[in-house]
Parts: sequence; C-alpha cells; structure tokens
Amino acid sequence: MIKSNSGIRKTDVINRRMFIIGAAKVVVFVGIVARLFSLQINENKKYLTLSDKNRIREWKLPPTRGNIVDYFGNIIAGNLKVYQLHIIPEQVENFNYLLVRLKNLLNLSDKRIARINKLKAELKPWDSIIVSENLSWSQFVKINNYLYDLVGVKPVMTISRNYPFNDVYTHVLGYVSQPNEQEILENEIIQERFVPGMKIGKLGIEKRLENHLIGTNAIQRYEVNAYGKRINQLEHQKGEQGSKIRLTVDTEIQKACGKLLNEKAGSISVMDIYTGDIIAMYSSPSYNPNLFLFGISQDEWQLIRNNPLKPLINKTLSGLYSPGSTIKPIVALSALENKVIDTKFKVKCTGKMELYGQTFHCWKEKGHGWVSLKNAMKQSCDTYFYEVARLLGVDRLNITAEKFGLGKKVLGDYFDNEKKGLFPNTKWKKNNLGKGWVLGETLITGIGQGYTQTTPLQLCMMTAQIANGGFAVKPKIIVDSNPISYEDAKQSMESGLLFDTDSVELLDKKLFKNQKNIKIVQEAMFASTNERFGTSYKSRIDDPKYQFAGKTGTAQVKRISKRERELDLELEQIPYKDRDHALYIAFGPYVNPRYALSIIVEHGGSGSKAAAPIAKKLFKLIIDRHDLRNKQSNFERITI
Amino acid sequence: MFQHDRLSNEITLFQKIKNLDYILLISVILLSVLSIFVMYSTDGGEILFHTKNHFVKLAVFFPLMIFVAFFNIKFWHNFSYIIYFIIILLLIYVSFFGIKSSGSQRWMDLYLFVLQPSELMKIAIIMCLAKYFHRIKIENVNSFTSITIVLSIIIIPIIFVISQPDLGTSILIALSGLIILWLGGMKIKYFIYSFITFLISLPFIISFLKPYQKLRILTFLDPDRDPLGAGYQIIQSKIAIGSGGLNGKGFLKGTQSYLDFLPEKHTDFIFTLFSEEFGFIGSVGLLILYSIIIFRIVRIGTISRSNFARLFCFGYAFAIFIYIVVNLSMVLGLLPIVGSPLPIMSYGGSSMLATMIGFGIVLSAKINHKQMIA
Repeated sequence: MIKSNSGIRKTDVINRRMFIIGAAKVVVFVGIVARLFSLQINENKKYLTLSDKNRIREWKLPPTRGNIVDYFGNIIAGNLKVYQLHIIPEQVENFNYLLVRLKNLLNLSDKRIARINKLKAELKPWDSIIVSENLSWSQFVKINNYLYDLVGVKPVMTISRNYPFNDVYTHVLGYVSQPNEQEILENEIIQERFVPGMKIGKLGIEKRLENHLIGTNAIQRYEVNAYGKRINQLEHQKGEQGSKIRLTVDTEIQKACGKLLNEKAGSISVMDIYTGDIIAMYSSPSYNPNLFLFGISQDEWQLIRNNPLKPLINKTLSGLYSPGSTIKPIVALSALENKVIDTKFKVKCTGKMELYGQTFHCWKEKGHGWVSLKNAMKQSCDTYFYEVARLLGVDRLNITAEKFGLGKKVLGDYFDNEKKGLFPNTKWKKNNLGKGWVLGETLITGIGQGYTQTTPLQLCMMTAQIANGGFAVKPKIIVDSNPISYEDAKQSMESGLLFDTDSVELLDKKLFKNQKNIKIVQEAMFASTNERFGTSYKSRIDDPKYQFAGKTGTAQVKRISKRERELDLELEQIPYKDRDHALYIAFGPYVNPRYALSIIVEHGGSGSKAAAPIAKKLFKLIIDRHDLRNKQSNFERITI
Repeated sequence: MFQHDRLSNEITLFQKIKNLDYILLISVILLSVLSIFVMYSTDGGEILFHTKNHFVKLAVFFPLMIFVAFFNIKFWHNFSYIIYFIIILLLIYVSFFGIKSSGSQRWMDLYLFVLQPSELMKIAIIMCLAKYFHRIKIENVNSFTSITIVLSIIIIPIIFVISQPDLGTSILIALSGLIILWLGGMKIKYFIYSFITFLISLPFIISFLKPYQKLRILTFLDPDRDPLGAGYQIIQSKIAIGSGGLNGKGFLKGTQSYLDFLPEKHTDFIFTLFSEEFGFIGSVGLLILYSIIIFRIVRIGTISRSNFARLFCFGYAFAIFIYIVVNLSMVLGLLPIVGSPLPIMSYGGSSMLATMIGFGIVLSAKINHKQMIA
C-alpha cells in the first residue's frame, strides 16, 4: 500500500513538472515562429536583395571607343573586328596536347606557351585564357577547320581600336594601349569601366578626350554559384559607343605633309587663318600606332626608340627651334607699330655690323648695300634687322611677339606634351639667368637667334595672325559644339571684331595699333616670295589662285666659327647634327588669304632650299581642297 | 485460468497493430516523405547519393520502429541498464578505434553503415534514467547517493562524447538526462543552484573550449566580423531563410542552396533549404507537424500506467523538442553553431536510427499502456 502511495505521488510529481515543461515548450516554439516571422516577413526584402547579390554577378565587357573622324568625316581612328583565340581550361581534355597543336597551327613562340601555362595556373579553370589577341583571317579559318580536334578552344570575335591611316595621324591622335595601375587610379571613369583587356588613350587626342571616347561597358548578368562559376546568363545590356570626335584636319593634306617631309626630321603645320582650324599637323618621322594595340614587340619598340630622328617626339608641339629669319615679319611689325621705322627707313648693309667690338654678320658676306624694309625682308638682310632691333629694343619686340602667340601654348592644355617656348625680354633674363640684358643679345634676337625658342605651331599661328589682317585666332583641332563658319569668322574680322568660339561672342581681338603696318609686312613677305632676289623666289607660284607670300628662315644650331665662315662648306660636308634647321612660314592665296603654314626641316640647311619648295607643292593641294572644305560648312554638331 | 491469465497479459499481434498510435505514425510517415523530397532538392532536383541513401535508411528504420514497438515496454524497461552499458562500451570502443573524419573521432564502421554511438546514447540515457527514477522511492530522490548515481550516469557518456570532440551531441545528451532528473522530482533549488554555478563558471568553461568553438561563439555574437570565414554559414543561412518570404521560392527553386551558397545543406542546415523553398507558411507547417508528434508522445506518456513509460515518453518528447529548438535556433542565428541534426529531416543514419528506436519505444508504451511494471 505504501509502495502504491509512493507510486501515485511520484506520478503526480512527474505530471506536474511535465506541465511546466509543456508550457515552456509552447513559449519557445512561439519564439521560434516569431523569429521566422521577423526574418521571412519583416526583413524579406533585405534578404531577397542579399540573395540576389549572392547569385547574380555582372560581367562588364570592354566598352567600344568612339570614332575620331577628320573634317570630311573620314574615320581616322576607328574600331575593327578582331579575331581572338581563347582557351577555357576546364573544357580542355589534354592541355599539353592542345598547346602542341596550337603551337603548330599558329607558330606560337615558346615564351608565349610558357605565358599561357602561367596564366592557366593563376586563373580559375572556367576563366578564359587569351592565347592570341589578334588572329589573321587565315589563322582564324585554320583554327575553325581544326576545331573538332581542339576541345576547349573558343574562337572569339571582338572589337579593337584601329588607325586606318597608320602613321599619318600618330602625333595628333596618339594611340591606345592597356592602362597601367596609376592611370586607372587617376581617372574615375576608367576605374569604373575598367575590364582586363581594355585599352585607353596614352597620348594625344586619344588621351585628352578619353572620357568622351571611352564609351560605356556592355554588361552581361549571369547567375553564379558560390564558387563564382557562371550557371546561366540572365541578361545582356548593350553598352554605348563613345562619342564621335570630329577633328578640323584634312587627311589628304596631312598625308601630303608626310610624303613631302619624306622621313626627314621635321614638321608641317597648316592653319585656317580665320577660324584657327588646324588643317594639318604633321611631325616627321612618325610611327605606326597600330603597333601598340596588341603589345609592341621589343624589337619594333627599340627601332622606334633608338631612331636618331626621334619619331616619338611630336615636333609640331614639343619641338623648340630658333625661329631664325621667320621672326623678321614680327620685328618689322613691332618697329612699325612703335614708329621706330617707316617704309622709307634705310640701313646700309656692308655684310657685317660692329657693336662694342663685337662683329655681327649678315648672311651675305658682301652685304646688301642700302636696304629699305621691303628689300631687307625680301633678301632677309640681317644687318637691317640688327639695326631695327637695336632701335626698337627687346622689351618692345617682346610685347609684339607675345601678342602674336610666341612664348605661349597654342592649344592650351589639349596636348600635355605641348611646349611653351620662349620669347625673351630684359626682365626674363634678370629673373632667370640673374644677369643684365646685353645689347648684342637684342641684335641676335632681331634675327631670331639667341634665347628665342618657338614651336612650329606657334610660328604657324603667328603667320596666320599676320595673314588675317592682325586678328587673334583661337587655334583648334576639334570641331566643337559651336563651330564658326569660315565666312562668319572672316566677316567678323573684317569688321574689326572676332568671334570667340567658346561663347560665340564678338570680341575685340585686334593685335595691331594701325592695320596699315600689317599690310606693309604682308607686302614685304609677298616680295620675299614673288619678286626677283626674294629668298624664296624659286618656290613661287605665279598663278594668282595659288600665289602665296612667305618668309624663309635658317636657324643656326651652333655658333659659326670664323674658320667655318671662311670655308663656306656645302651642306653635305657639315655633320648632320651641325647643319642648320630650314624653316619657312607662308600664307596664301595672297589675294584673299585663307591658310597659313609653317615648315621646319631639321638640319635641312637653308630655308629657301629645303623648306620653301615644300610650301610650293603643299599650297597647290591646300587651295585645291579649299572648295571641298567650304562645302563641308554644314557642320555636324557634336557636343563634347 | 492460467491460460486466460497469460492471454490477458500478452496482447495478440492483431491487438498490437490496432493499438498503435496512428496519429503519431502518420505524422512520422508525413515527415519521412517530406524529408525525401527535401533531400531530392538538396541533390539539385535529381535522385543522387543523398536522396537514395536517405530513402534506403527510412525503408530500413521505419520497419525497425514497428519492430521495436512490438516488444513489450516491460522488455525495454528490463534491458534499459544493459543497453546503456552496451552503448558506453561502444563509446569507449570509438574513442580508441573509431573512424576519424574532419578532426573528430565519432564513428564505427559496421560494414553496412557507419554508426555514431553518441546518437544512440541520446535515447539510452533517457531509458537508463527513466528506469532509475521508476525504481527509486520518491523519498530517496534527493538523497546524496541517488544524486551521485544519476549525475554519474549523465557525466560518464558526456566525457566520452565531449572528447571526440562533439559539443553539440554532448549538450543534447546532458539536456536529455537533466530533464529526467527534473521530471523525477529532484529539488528545484538544485537546478537553480547548478544554473547559478554554471553561469559563474562560464568564463572558466569558455577558457577550456577549443579555439574553433570559441570562434563559433564570437561569430554567433557578431556574424559580420568575418563574413567569408566563420560567419559565412550563419549569414548565408539567414539570407536563405529571409529571402524565402511568405510562400518561399518554390520547390527546387531555392537559389541559395541550388547555387551552393548554403553549407551543410544535407545535414544541420536542412531546415534552411526547406524554409527558403517553402517560406514562412511551410516552416510553420513543419513546426506544427513536429508539435503534433511531441504532443502525441506526451499524450502517450500521460496514459501510461508505469512511471518508466511515462518518464521515457516525457523525456523523449522533450529531447525531440530540444533537438528541434537547438537546430532551428542555430540556423536562425539565435544560438551559436553547434552540430545538431533536425530529427528525421537531416541526412544521417545514426540520428535517424536513434529517433526511430525512440518512436518505437513510445509506440510500445502506447500498445502496452496498461502494463504495470513492478
């Protein structure tokens, strides 16, 4: 009985305690349901987003760069379909066998094979390895024929930059290549759109307008698993090609410049004297920018780099030269403007001039006799300009020269390799060299030697501003959103005002005090080319349609010693490095001028022999293309 | 007369079948069928290794459950201590000759399948303690000897299991044991004192934990401290459950599991996959199914005449409850990650074997609920 009682009591205890447990269980289950509710109902959106972030991955594809076209719409930097060969390692059955097959089919080097093996070790097995970035069509066909035997190989068609005119525009356009780390970090847009294999502008317009040209990435959305392997494609979002950029250049003239310089070191610039459009800008020798697209070979690179004529330097913008006698129009103009001389002012040239015991030679040993401004310019008499410079003084000359664009960048910050050049004055010398100005330095500045350093494009702009009647032009190479037609620009200048192309406003940009003085200088330049005894008389064109006015220049690269002067050596007898630079500036047609140009042939000898004949050939083409260019004035507006 | 007496004690096979608890049986069958579908989903919608094996195990262990049920509850009472000792021996065997896998030594190879004795201990400890408290007088429950004995019964297997090392299973064994102590009438103050002592000694316990176990606790407290390392599992699990929403992403459409973001999706994180595909409604449904099972077991306990059957049923119901709570709390980010399977749903032979034996004994108690045990 006791035992039974105990049993009943025990049962009671168990039941009572079970009841407490049961209640606890209900509470805990309710808690779990509450947690489920909070995760699945309250925070459902948050976790759905996170889940999509997990499973959806975007693959950016390289953007397609915008085309660059010349004034006439010809593509000068475009895009080309290229055929590439990719390997997807996880699909390959026998990797070594495949490499041997490919090596035979494509003539791959051992170095390349080693590189592929290295990439294979680094990448995930489903990431494709690029075996060849640019297969020729025949290679592509060959691969496709043997595809049954090449498991895991994927022939791919993609887009790559292409420069159809090869070396013609290299110094204008620059080139594209794979960006380095710093370039990616410096540019936010590149950073955002970067994908391996993408190419960016390294130089020139390609670099300067990178953000316009770059385009947007095409985006492929894939569902991926936890290891990043693509499971299936969800969406393909097309990218937008970069903006089209239209340049002011004329491919025919640009090509002709290249031919005329014919691999000699030098530069030619051609400019519209009213609109400031750069029609041609050629630096010689050039190189083929297409070489850089798929990685230039070491041999080719060394060939370009070690070329003594320095093809890598853009001579038009970064080449600094003494202007030589091409400065004389500015010296004359400055003297006229400051009323130091007039047209009747004459100097007797005896072939040399003595100053404080120092002798300053005229290029003509026998002297020119009594010369006026016109004759002095025509025959490029140094003695006359020594005297004019002496009377004028370097500071007044400096003001005029800087007004006409010397010592300043012509294209502003468009090209980061453009140089400023220098036109000295007394203050500059004091500040920079710490010495006082010497009168003898004024004399040689008057014939474009000494401290003066100019770029070919500066000389071209200077000539343009003389040619257009003395108005400032704003040189440009890109047809911007507010283009000014040639007629508008010309008309505004003739009324004494000028369009500012940025704001389409008329501004007073007269560079002269008395326009007659400009006319006098123009006439003197005309004489120099078109009258007997003119230094470039042999290069004249009599047909008024093509007739141009110009000024030769011969810039010494070293001081001529007395002995050398006496020897009077022929060009071929002087070492290349010591030969004078040949320069020529010109504008035409003489009646109703439209274009200015500057030509420099490095170490070409005298301006009249080496540079002026090039102008003769070029002017014919430039004027012939004039009408065609005018017809293009229905501008296609491009906003950049 | 003698013969009649025998008949009244011994129930015929027909009566046994009639006396089975069909609500419990149907719930277990439902759960089993559901588990096969979920396993099919973990295999990515194909009948692969896990689905096949899970099915085979169910096909073997479900009849085993019925087989166990057909033994009289008295039989299980009589063999409780022996079963407990056999499993202790198995634990000792495993600690010397067991199979090592991913850093722990818990398994023994039985040729047909690999057995994890610690899973069986979860049932054996309930049986052993139920028998002890069935036999002891209520007055002696709180005596020093009896407390020493019951604590030894709990601590001995835990020592073996914790040294495997397997923290999750040892906690579950401890909790299964403690609940019988509670039901058996041990003084409430003892529980309160031990709990306070446990809290005080917690820092010391933590200092004894293995580095990876400490990391799990830290990760639980702040899963974002290492989202790709230690926190990965819990973050991915919460994403999967949370993204399931009200209705779920649909059967075989759980992206988190299909794309392999979920770790351990066959075993400990099976609920995560289920919840992602079937949503809040499905999850609550599953909890209701489990609640029915627990409720039926408790109900069988209350109608049992013997205290052994009663204690076993209550203890086992609580054990099932604890397995579910620990597993769900873990995948929902409410508790640190300790390896603990979800009964029947998770892939794993030993766990299913133990669970099915447990159900079998409960059904035996149901069939023989009028059975008195001296």
